[in-house]
Amino acid sequence: MSRLLVCPPEYFQIDYEINPWMRRENAVVASRAVSQWQALMKVLEQDVGVGVERMQPVPGLPDLVFTANAGVVVGRRAVISRFRYPERRREERYFAQWFREHGYEVLTLEESLYFEGAGDLLGFPDTWFGGYRQRSDIRSFPRLSEIFQREIIPLELIDSRFYHLDTCFCPLSGGELLYLPAAFDSYGLAAIAQRISEERRLAVPEEEAIRFACNAVCVGKQVVIPAGCPRTMHILEARGYHTHPVELDEFMKSGGAAKCLTLALD
Amino acid sequence: MTASQETVFLHGHIIDSLILAKVLDTILMMGGAFDLQDVKIGATRDAPSQARIVVRASSSRVLADILRAIQPHGATIERDTDCRFEPAPAAGIFPDQFYATTHLPTQIRLDGDWVEVEGMEMDLGISVDPAKARARTLPMGAVRVGDLIVTGREGIRVTPLARPADRDVFGFMESVVSSERPHQPVIADIAQRLQRLRTSHRQGHPGAKVLFAGGPAIVHAGGREALTWLIEADYIHVLFCGNALAAHDMEAGLYGTSLGYGLTAGRSVPHGHEHHLRTINRIRAIGSIHEAVRSGVVTGGIMAACVRRDVRMVIAGTIRDDGPLPGVLTDSMLAQEAMRAEVQGVGLALLVASTLHAIATGNLLPAAVPTVCVDVNPSVPTKLTDRGSFQAVGLVMDAASFLKELARELGWRP
Repeated sequence: MSRLLVCPPEYFQIDYEINPWMRRENAVVASRAVSQWQALMKVLEQDVGVGVERMQPVPGLPDLVFTANAGVVVGRRAVISRFRYPERRREERYFAQWFREHGYEVLTLEESLYFEGAGDLLGFPDTWFGGYRQRSDIRSFPRLSEIFQREIIPLELIDSRFYHLDTCFCPLSGGELLYLPAAFDSYGLAAIAQRISEERRLAVPEEEAIRFACNAVCVGKQVVIPAGCPRTMHILEARGYHTHPVELDEFMKSGGAAKCLTLALD
Repeated sequence: MTASQETVFLHGHIIDSLILAKVLDTILMMGGAFDLQDVKIGATRDAPSQARIVVRASSSRVLADILRAIQPHGATIERDTDCRFEPAPAAGIFPDQFYATTHLPTQIRLDGDWVEVEGMEMDLGISVDPAKARARTLPMGAVRVGDLIVTGREGIRVTPLARPADRDVFGFMESVVSSERPHQPVIADIAQRLQRLRTSHRQGHPGAKVLFAGGPAIVHAGGREALTWLIEADYIHVLFCGNALAAHDMEAGLYGTSLGYGLTAGRSVPHGHEHHLRTINRIRAIGSIHEAVRSGVVTGGIMAACVRRDVRMVIAGTIRDDGPLPGVLTDSMLAQEAMRAEVQGVGLALLVASTLHAIATGNLLPAAVPTVCVDVNPSVPTKLTDRGSFQAVGLVMDAASFLKELARELGWRP
């Protein structure tokens, strides 16, 4: 992974409530949001060393900042999301436009299939996992599997606080998985266990999962993680990862953190 | 059943993700039942799998609840279409793509409604009368030009049998054919059924007839008295057999031999091989088996019991027959038609010591009719189940021992 798509938080605020984290009265402090986002960019660009593509923010689209939900990109092909909530559906055309302007082949799923991009589709080189029930429709995965020629194991998200897979499930570059077991049912846990051996499954404590410990960005051995997750950082460091904590509490008011604010372009 | 059944389709990486397991568990936990149809497992890890699941529930409300619960896991309701039908191009010829029946309960969708197909039997076609919203099975030979015949597979619903509530040998439907299987408990269960069916039949309940199809080995092996007793005691209401069973039964009555062998001494009797021919000739001279009994020429045995108890008989001929006896149907299609008419209302079928009649009868019976196949040769019950009569209980034993034990169980004291 060398490049990430991001969107500056100029218009980021809480205009609506579409997940249990969002409360309109819990207003975003714009200046803090901007400085936290800039700090994240600095860590990504300078400490981790990835390229960052900034898309143009759009007034009235506060969640455009969460580019993980733009779609899923493999090579030069991008499948654009189809948001479940109309509030975010207006973002789709801006994401599609960015990909088109940057020379990607842009694909969409059929109208009725909700799919919220890399927020719900994550994986290891040979197996992908798809989170469903809260946002994405399980029926989108066979189609995506066909497009990208990858196995996609659907995992039901049973806790509405962890409404996207990337809030409770974070594959690491060394093949380990950082995850919150309580966000899945026994079928999901069995499916995960079948693909990822016990020594590679790293469970995060729930009190850190609600501080978005799993919403981390892993590039090589570098992991950018929301601040306030010391036990998770310890788990990662014991596995040889370098951790970079970043304050992102303004974005958590909206239910997102480091991972939600980026989209891997390859 | 019609109102509370729906077919759903599941597609994707449903095996390793345990999505299929989750959907099936959900159906069961919510009080439904399912049949898995057409499960296709992806050939490689990347390739998706798919499953078609028939979901059943005791009521349409429970079914709706189940469907609501499994839809988020990707179960999509298969859109039902009406069945297709085409006119038969000529007499005795189905349209090319005709639907071939099983012996399981079947419905077809006509103009949005599911219609029960009447006269279920395997290996037939289905003719429809759209104006009356009726459908029934039809043998190939009986089709008339222009009859509307169901084609393709859409809009056709086959219902697997629910496990019977009875906790006897028929409740398991396991079709195990084994000479090691203990006979006694099986025979005791059959006897109980016979008792129940006799009572129901006497009370005029439909579906309480007992059908017996048998071969001449019954007479050779010494089962004649026991079978005669079973008929006299009103346990059997329909008899299917061939020329030989009837001929040897009456030969035994007239000459005390079966195919020339003295039934008591067990030795061949001088000129005994002629006895069955003389018997057949005698009955032919009289004109009918019924008349031979009524006139007192044939006084005991299976045929006499059948005539006296007014048991419906279909005697079907074969190419090796001598005579044949009067009343033997030598046109096999006519015989099949006569047998088809008599299997209506049968609640138990006993197929004993005859490959030909056992399989012919098995083909005519709907799957819901409990069936017992008895033969010394295990290949007969095996063949019967292999051909689709999976409801048949196979007993590998000699016909005479079976009949004697069964009759004794019911009170026969020779």
